[in-house]
Amino acid sequence: MEEISNSMDRRDFIKLVGAGAALAALSGCGTQEKSSAKQLEVPTDKMTYRIDPKNGNKVSLLGYGCMRWPRISRAQKESLTEGSDLDQEAVNKLVDYAIAHGVNFFDTSPRYCKGFSESSTGIALSRHPRDKYFISTKMSNQGNPSREESLNIYKRSFENLRVDYMDYYLVHNVGNHKNFKERYIDNGILDFMMKEREAGRIRSLGWSFHGDGEFFDYLMSEYQWDFVLIQLNYLDWSNVVESNRTSVSARHQYEVLAEKNIPAMIMEPLLGGRLAMPHYKARTMMAQTDPNASAASWAFRFAGSLPNVLTVLSGMTFVEHLQDNIRTYSPLAPLTENESAMLNQVAQIVLAPENRNINCTTCQYCMPCPYGLDIPEIFTHFNRSLNEGNFPDNKQDADYRRARRAFLVGQDRKISPIRQANRCTGCQICRKNCPQNINIPQEMQRIDKFTETLKIDV
Amino acid sequence: MIKAFFIIAITLLFLDFTGTVHTYLGWCAKIQLVPAILAANIAVFLGIILITLIFGRIYCLIICPLGILQDIISIKKRFFYRPPRKPLIVLRYALLAAFIPSLFFAFAPLAVLLDPYSAYGRIASQLLGPVYKWANNLFAYFAESAGSYAFYSVDVWLKGIAPLVLAIVTLIAVGISAWKSGRGYCNTICPAGAFLGLLSKFSVIKPRIDKEKCKHCGMCAKNCKAACIDTTRAEIDYLRCITCLKCTKSCPLGAIKYAPPTGADKLSKEGLARRKLLVGTTLLASGFATRAAANQFDGGLAKLEDKKAPVRTKPIAPPGADSYQNFHDRCTSCQLCITVCPNQVLRPGITKAHVSYERGYCRPECVKCSQVCPTGAIHPITTADKSSIQIGTAVWNKELCIITKDKVACDLCARKCPTAAIEMIPFPMIDPYRCIGCGACEHLCPARPYSAIHVEGVETHRVI
Repeated sequence: MEEISNSMDRRDFIKLVGAGAALAALSGCGTQEKSSAKQLEVPTDKMTYRIDPKNGNKVSLLGYGCMRWPRISRAQKESLTEGSDLDQEAVNKLVDYAIAHGVNFFDTSPRYCKGFSESSTGIALSRHPRDKYFISTKMSNQGNPSREESLNIYKRSFENLRVDYMDYYLVHNVGNHKNFKERYIDNGILDFMMKEREAGRIRSLGWSFHGDGEFFDYLMSEYQWDFVLIQLNYLDWSNVVESNRTSVSARHQYEVLAEKNIPAMIMEPLLGGRLAMPHYKARTMMAQTDPNASAASWAFRFAGSLPNVLTVLSGMTFVEHLQDNIRTYSPLAPLTENESAMLNQVAQIVLAPENRNINCTTCQYCMPCPYGLDIPEIFTHFNRSLNEGNFPDNKQDADYRRARRAFLVGQDRKISPIRQANRCTGCQICRKNCPQNINIPQEMQRIDKFTETLKIDV
Repeated sequence: MIKAFFIIAITLLFLDFTGTVHTYLGWCAKIQLVPAILAANIAVFLGIILITLIFGRIYCLIICPLGILQDIISIKKRFFYRPPRKPLIVLRYALLAAFIPSLFFAFAPLAVLLDPYSAYGRIASQLLGPVYKWANNLFAYFAESAGSYAFYSVDVWLKGIAPLVLAIVTLIAVGISAWKSGRGYCNTICPAGAFLGLLSKFSVIKPRIDKEKCKHCGMCAKNCKAACIDTTRAEIDYLRCITCLKCTKSCPLGAIKYAPPTGADKLSKEGLARRKLLVGTTLLASGFATRAAANQFDGGLAKLEDKKAPVRTKPIAPPGADSYQNFHDRCTSCQLCITVCPNQVLRPGITKAHVSYERGYCRPECVKCSQVCPTGAIHPITTADKSSIQIGTAVWNKELCIITKDKVACDLCARKCPTAAIEMIPFPMIDPYRCIGCGACEHLCPARPYSAIHVEGVETHRVI
């Protein structure tokens, strides 16, 4: 009976808290082990750099993705449906820390963080000398592709970032002919950007890609590019994920770029944090190879080990993420053959049908959902429950009742009940915005059905 | 001890929102007098009468939560003031007289105010409930930090101003009267007290003053919570005595004994009266029995307006209520159902509970209100029963629907209907023979603040 087990849980919980407090008090008196402190040291002068063959820029292998800046506390998040909710002080601290530890590449976009990423990044970076960092931003005209609006976006980026030239500038999120023609050819914006490159206000021109392989090859052959931003990690390397319309593997994209000696920038090395917390079977395998390496460090080493990679972008929200990644690349230890083989096995586990996550990288391009759903949080909770073994999909499991409670209570904690999967209207508005091409309404209904089954089973 | 048990048990019933406590202590609410009468619970009713006829007003003393509350308030008070010789006897029986018809007809607002159990329920759920939930949320906060799922956070929200004010006023009134005169409420206002007082006059065992030993010192009267001892005549007014037995302990001469009668003549006289009374109550009980049959940027969250309640031409009663009439007639507004409703569907009105779907809908797996209701306003049902009880039917409003308003596809109401009563053609077509009125469609409807589909109650619930 659930009622009984609940009360047991509470008792256990109180005991646990009490014991934890006692333990904390005790450990305060003990002496610290010196060796573990050394292991956690973050070097300031050992960062691996790559040279951009086009202009000789010495770019840090770890690049800062400015899509996931810290937001002010969750409690206030709900009331802040409008305006910036970024924690500028925390952003400043992260940028200072990154620069102090050798990171010199910052990538943003006018669309990120409800449109406040650029200005927030600009504030933080303008406190440092301009020659200490490279900046990268994008032409993101998904809303209104008119020439006028596109030019406005371009102009605002300079104002927001407080710079008079862009080190790297990208045509944002292209993937098929129709979309590319509408946003960049018909309005003459690509021509405009080419001219800006000649004028020196854009130092390097590239594009970011989510789309079909045929179009990738077309773009590569048709225009002169200085670099390309591609999605690459040990899952996408050779596997084409079902729900992804990218009918081309990361390996193909990388190899085409390497052949033409065009540097590759890497996005989603962690798939929005999913590879930092992969399925526990995968984590076990990683820990058996190196008990002290984080799951994220494996993913970064995978991307960094490829020589034609200029920089690996990571949207680090917390300083601990930043520290872990700096350690991984200070300096980079390229993967050995055995380690690569291990990661290949990890990919098999993660992609196994029973462990398969919803392919969301929490990029927020689908948001805001007009009917209020918190789409990325819904997917994140589902994936995490699956990866952490809190997935009550089998009533025969001895662990079923506990997992059921963890799933339902956790869901209510992370997502306000008025923003959960059961609210999806199926309007399809989100679908066209998803760079991973997830069938969001269909996945919402799947999660809702799963949740409903659990709720009814009192 | 027993007092402490009952007050703690009943308070917990009104605080615990998980329904755990109810499994073990639910009976504490069911043995309350007024709820038992309304629920036509003859066993409990007769049980209370029998106990009163033998031992006196034990019910008022140790079972009624409002009575115990008064004792707690006056626990530090040493002596109570001596009442005037003529208590407010007219008021007392006038209130009882006004109360009785309301048991047979609609349970009137006046009766809701007077019933001691419900008055206590309102105080506990309105005033202590939020404190309890905040404490729980604090634990939930720590549990979340510790990665434990033992506690979960619950909403604390003002369910209505009127019930809150009512609870505060009741507490203040009862508090003052308790501090000044002990069980003043029980002996002046309370209809249950008045009724049981009439019976306790004939109790077999009761405190009796030995007139020969009594020196009229007045110690017993000073300690008496019920202000029922006339020291000059050495007599106890049994209409008011609640058998707390403070007098027997406080008498320095041991002149008061809680005992059966001694004289043979007395016995026969009282016996006759008791028989008459029993016949009367049996008739009364049978009366109850007949009643019982009855794009620009990425990220961020869209702002969501709070839902507003639609105007319902017919109110909704929860499944198990049989009809809105029955629900209305029997609900004493004790708020027990409101406390346990996990979906925030039931909420207090000025005097009666009511159903609305702005914060949740009547979910298929839950029958908690029906299990806890002590008055029979909501009868016990199972989840299987529930899935086929129609408490209302859905009505669609074209103007509000996002299909018309936003020109987007939506089939949420049809998809979420637990009885598959809605079909999209492509607007919702509602099957009135399948719709049970659970409010899933109304609650989940994306149109805000007014849902484009809402539930109208049906007067008599039907099994479909």
